[in-house]
Amino acid sequence: MSEKEVKNLDAIFEARIARDEKIEPKDWMPEKYRQTHIRQISQHAHSEIVGMLPEGNWITRAPSLRRKAALLAKVQDEAGHGLYLYSACETLGISREELYEQLHSGKAKYSSIFNYPTVTWADIGAIGWLVDGAAIINQVPLCNTSFGPYARAMVRVCKEESFHQRQGYEIMLTLCKGTPEQKAMAQDALNRWWWPSLMMFGPTDAESTHTEQSMKWKLKRKTNDELRQQFIDQTVPQADILGITVPDPDLKFNEETGHYDFGEIDWDEFWQVVKGHGPCNKQRLEARVSAWERGAWVRDAAMAYADKQQTKKVAKAS
Amino acid sequence: MKNEDLYQYILGIADNSLILGQRLGELCGHGPTLETDIALTNIALDLFGQTRSYYQYAAKLAGGVKTEDDVAMLREEREYRNVLLVEQPNTDFAFVIVRQYLFDEFHLLLMQELQNSKDEMLAAIAKKGIKEVSYHRRFSGDWVKRLGDGTAESNERMQQAVDDLWRYTDELFHLTKADREMIGQGIGVDVSQLRDTYYNTVTELLQEATLTVPEQEYFQKGGKEGIHSEHMGYLLTELQYMQRSYPNMNW
Amino acid sequence: MKKDWPLWEVFVRSKNGLEHRHFGSLHAADAEMALENARDVYTRRNEGVSIWVVESKYITASNPADNGELFEPAQDKIYRHPTFYDLPDEVKHM
Repeated sequence: MSEKEVKNLDAIFEARIARDEKIEPKDWMPEKYRQTHIRQISQHAHSEIVGMLPEGNWITRAPSLRRKAALLAKVQDEAGHGLYLYSACETLGISREELYEQLHSGKAKYSSIFNYPTVTWADIGAIGWLVDGAAIINQVPLCNTSFGPYARAMVRVCKEESFHQRQGYEIMLTLCKGTPEQKAMAQDALNRWWWPSLMMFGPTDAESTHTEQSMKWKLKRKTNDELRQQFIDQTVPQADILGITVPDPDLKFNEETGHYDFGEIDWDEFWQVVKGHGPCNKQRLEARVSAWERGAWVRDAAMAYADKQQTKKVAKAS
Repeated sequence: MKNEDLYQYILGIADNSLILGQRLGELCGHGPTLETDIALTNIALDLFGQTRSYYQYAAKLAGGVKTEDDVAMLREEREYRNVLLVEQPNTDFAFVIVRQYLFDEFHLLLMQELQNSKDEMLAAIAKKGIKEVSYHRRFSGDWVKRLGDGTAESNERMQQAVDDLWRYTDELFHLTKADREMIGQGIGVDVSQLRDTYYNTVTELLQEATLTVPEQEYFQKGGKEGIHSEHMGYLLTELQYMQRSYPNMNW
Repeated sequence: MKKDWPLWEVFVRSKNGLEHRHFGSLHAADAEMALENARDVYTRRNEGVSIWVVESKYITASNPADNGELFEPAQDKIYRHPTFYDLPDEVKHM
């Protein structure tokens, strides 16, 4: 294809997106569109399955059978969401195994929030309330993103995720209505998860490299800072209902703007965790790699069995 | 307690589901594929669902302010009535599958009988459970065949798991005092009568999976009397952690 | 030789009377496993009464580059649609 033809295709493609048309896997797309989508969708998928680990850490210790079942169902949903997203990514011509390889080698990233440890039961509440709350804000606009398979996966994810945040908030509510010991547990969890949750929206707009292109392709509808503000505005009143304090002395409602002003985020910590120096980066990756390696004989055996059955079938037919 | 035997009888069934569910819960996020993680979690969720129905019933029988969680989490190790089979650790995926299959085959036979119990509550729980357990058996049975007749390595691992876990199968068919009482009243199932059907079915499937059925003469027992393997204490430590560390609170 | 589990497409009938609809895909070693995985992955919330699975490689898809010749000729066949025909207002329900 000549350069001019590609340019022409490019223009047609951008016009289609501007008209809100969906792009489907077999459609022509610029290589950069494909690569950006592989990167973002797989990062999203990796986040789902790495995200299973900190919460999975409490399944065996959940304080009641009702909580245990709800947590198990939630962690299972995350596996399902990872699966939907990997499938969407695979339509772009990359296999799940290749995507795993990128995760396991450290080449692909996942959400840094999962590199923090879950040290008390209240962390399960805080994750549902804050982390899923932040995730929903990030994800809802993606139900309308330009790439069809991603948008469809997100519709399913968002529909299923609606119970996750409620589950978390209900845990926090129960703790805050409980004994002083329980309430202290809830406060401690908020103290530890608040700032990392704010970091989930990524660097400030000034620092963010992908925003403009992502906006054009509808991978993003609002900027990092706008989404972060939306999260804070929605979450602070929820903390008030719980009767616990957001750990930010500078947090104050601004009558003029109608938004909360908030303190400086520790971006140094953010970049350290992104670079792999968070409290649990090493353990999370090790857990994923180990599950994959220990499962190799199982996957191989299932394939071998399938081949044998197929051969038998063919022999019978002939 | 007026219904002590019925109470104990319920625990004898419910504890199996609880402990096996707890073992499966350890695996979520660590399986060979996402698909198997999701499938095993579904089984765990079914088991916990059944467990809750049984314990809610047991708590009502016990009277007072007892809840399902008290029954599930606040007993001493010696008071748990599950068989030794279900508490065995997740040594590898072969152990997980073989343990599941050996239990599912029994579980289904038990539910099929229990649905005719004179106790309406138990009959209702069993009726609902049959569909779930049929699927568990289908799933685990398919996987026994796959891994048994897969590669040389998978066959070896499966044979190891069968050889190790076989010794816990006989206990499934032992009768406790509560069993005898409940059988007499038309409430309980005489599990000793299920033994032949069980071994015939299991043998057939293992053979199809190209696995050798162990010629065991000595079997382990004790779980039903509350004498568990050394694994059990650690399992309970996690299960009871919150209830023991923070007694008398709502969660 | 190492072989990865192939990809399968999953179609679910939500309830009797409706057609099977494409729900998504998954990995499985064989058809039986694909069915079981589909049940566990795509009907966790009671979404279906019947499942079809087909290995993705057996699906032949039309090429979007041919969309012009495949689909545009149908656009001007307006006589295939009921609104093409004028009827007097007195005739109801036709």
